[in-house]
Amino acid sequence: MERERFEPRIIGFFCNWCSYRAADGAGTARVKYAPNVRVIRLMCSGRVDPSFVLKALASGADGVLIAGCHPGECHYIEQNYKTMRRYAMLTQTLRALGISERRVRLVWASAAEGTQLAAAVDEMVEDLRLLGPLHWSANLREEDHEAAFEHILHEHEQAMEVTR
Amino acid sequence: MAERIGVYVCHCGSNIAGTVDVEEATRWAGENLPGVAIARDYKFLCSSLGQALIRDDIQEHGLTRVVVAACSPHLHEKTFRRACANAGLNSFLLQMANIREHVSWVTRSKEAATEKVKSLIAGAVARVQHHRPLEPTPVPVNPHTLVIGGGIAGIQAALELADAGYPVYLVEREPSIGGHMAQFDKTFPTLDCAACILTPKMSEVGQHEHIKLLTWSELEEVSGSIGNFKARIRRKARYVKEETCTGCGLCIEKCPRKVVDEVFEAGMGYRKAIYTPFPQAVPKIPVIDPKSCIWFERQRCRACEKLCPTNAIDFDQQDEILEVDVGNIILATGWDLFDCRRIPQYGYGRLANVFTSLEFERMCNASGPTGGRVVLRDGVTEPESVCIVHCVGSRDSHYNPYCSGICCMLSLKMGHLILEKTGAKVYACYIDMRPNKKDYEEFYQRLLEEGMLFVRGKVAEVTDVARTPPEEGKLIVQVEDTLLGKQRRIPVDMVVLMGAIEQRRDARETGLKVGISCSMAGWFIERHPKLDPIATMTEGIFIAGACQGPKDIPDAVAQGAAAAARVAGMISKGTVMIEPVVATIDEEKCSGCRICNNLCPFNAIDFLDDEKVSRVNAVLCKGCGTCVAACPAAAITGAHFSTEQVEAEIDGLLWDAGGDGEPAPTDQPELAPAATE
Repeated sequence: MERERFEPRIIGFFCNWCSYRAADGAGTARVKYAPNVRVIRLMCSGRVDPSFVLKALASGADGVLIAGCHPGECHYIEQNYKTMRRYAMLTQTLRALGISERRVRLVWASAAEGTQLAAAVDEMVEDLRLLGPLHWSANLREEDHEAAFEHILHEHEQAMEVTR
Repeated sequence: MAERIGVYVCHCGSNIAGTVDVEEATRWAGENLPGVAIARDYKFLCSSLGQALIRDDIQEHGLTRVVVAACSPHLHEKTFRRACANAGLNSFLLQMANIREHVSWVTRSKEAATEKVKSLIAGAVARVQHHRPLEPTPVPVNPHTLVIGGGIAGIQAALELADAGYPVYLVEREPSIGGHMAQFDKTFPTLDCAACILTPKMSEVGQHEHIKLLTWSELEEVSGSIGNFKARIRRKARYVKEETCTGCGLCIEKCPRKVVDEVFEAGMGYRKAIYTPFPQAVPKIPVIDPKSCIWFERQRCRACEKLCPTNAIDFDQQDEILEVDVGNIILATGWDLFDCRRIPQYGYGRLANVFTSLEFERMCNASGPTGGRVVLRDGVTEPESVCIVHCVGSRDSHYNPYCSGICCMLSLKMGHLILEKTGAKVYACYIDMRPNKKDYEEFYQRLLEEGMLFVRGKVAEVTDVARTPPEEGKLIVQVEDTLLGKQRRIPVDMVVLMGAIEQRRDARETGLKVGISCSMAGWFIERHPKLDPIATMTEGIFIAGACQGPKDIPDAVAQGAAAAARVAGMISKGTVMIEPVVATIDEEKCSGCRICNNLCPFNAIDFLDDEKVSRVNAVLCKGCGTCVAACPAAAITGAHFSTEQVEAEIDGLLWDAGGDGEPAPTDQPELAPAATE
């Protein structure tokens, strides 16, 4: 029997000023894209607390798409740079937890780039189909959690060594 | 959960109901989502009947929260907030699920769309339970307005406001206001003389008691928000004292340095190193261009200083920074002409007698470099034949996909002027003729009767390589006449390229200064392309004229006036209500780590040395939420975007993440993620 195609669930965190409007624009222009992304509107990608991403993955999302204004074009001057920094940190943590970085993406979309944003969603959905479901909460055993957190703590200590 | 939530799902005619099973989604929400007291679908919720439905339900059923699943909150959040407020429910206890722009319009399968709608409703229902009542903050509106750009749109906006008695700062980067319109000779389709209709407005601006005219000045930086912006304006050194100069023009006459005027004369004529761009300039006070002045080049000359009867020349002047407080800002920054060199096969810059439309405008102008005579680049020979090439850099996927809008009429006007002035044969090579406004088509008919020759086809090449004796010494326009179905080579003496109207080259930077963005084609993005073409997504920032898209004079004037009317309305009301979306710090929880202090680009977070805690200044906070996400003690709350609200929304959106697609049982206290696999 042919297996049903895997439909990943993606939580989107979109900036009110650019990406959310881009998604609105894609709608107005009737650009068709995969229905897998469920968007949360935030005032700025800088509001994306990395714990939101972990929370989404732990609650059953297979991927998270963070979309903000292009570097240099933040509505709040420079907050998307802080998103970039957090994203870099977050990917480290994800790696330590054994989660592919491909599951959490950061993209830039200006309010005019509905078509590009739709393409980014399609591309991510295809990629997540290759990765398969995450089932994080179900698959990860308690001891793995502990080992992972030990590892993160260890990494953190090492990082502090260098700066000293 | 004590909240009683009303869920309203809009059909939006067939806009949503065409792709989404609205009844099913509504039924599902009513039966499965915790806290939902009532779930209804309705044809058009934004109609007054739809709003009345919500209002009545709130009152009759004692709803404490409302979820509207309809279009984007950017369109109708205000409408539904008002409906809630009318029923006595705090307007922030509403949450919208965007099931039109984000679902029905972008999804092919009805089944998938309906499932997505269920998720979005579940997210909104989960989130709205954590909403808190909030009150918008009233902010007084400073009655001063800043208008950027002294072209016809900016002039109109400034005059409308000033005539209403409101003070205006009008900033123009060139030495005089007037913009592109001042460069033209005649205007289509009436053939009014551009200067005759523009200069009275210009002098009105110059003399108006409520307009502070700042020419030779540029916007540096803007801070603040609607009602209370602070703008820093660079007043470039003029090297002429504005208070003392009488505008007699002696300095210009005596200045020994002549340079090509690339701006006003479009490279067709000369100006002095000290100059006003044109005789009717407002203000009449000249500027010294330090790049061409002999004194700045090799510390000699100062003829202007010696001869000035009022001692108005001041070589020691420095740039000044002026800070102004304004309530609103209107951008009317205008357009730039497409660089015709980018299409090398049209020969501009290589073949002398290929002109741009702006060059041709200057040539036709009686006060222009040729005194209004239409002549070849040699300055004496009248052309016997002219070809006007349409759509140069517009309607062309290599350059700009859009239609420049004005060039067809511009071409007709030029055709008329050439026929009138020279009796030359005039060809126009066009893709489509688009004279689509009042009296435009009639003007086209007039030109057909006057004998202008129209060739339907996009020009492939302009060349000086002759193939036959009649082509010798001519420019040959190679074009496929698509009505004849034939290639044609049209030998002419002069070619005029209708370059595209493009956004100003530095528009992106200008937009960033005031917090608005540009479309793919470069134009400033309006709040709504149909219904709000002059407002932007940033409150208090308006756009008028060609910076919003290609426009002819009447449209630019209309937008300038419209933007002014909008601003005047706000000033006369006196206050605006701003969203109470700001961060607050719980000083009990704050550990004083100061991580948040450096994150705020608006300096809204202060550290209180005595108490060893940080505090948010609500007036400065713009509500981005970056500090909220960063606080390690979770001491900062972002109003309306709190951690509880966002996390609840995540849970709601993932209601089906249990794996089998069945809804979570309703008796569960929360929409907890099912961890079964």
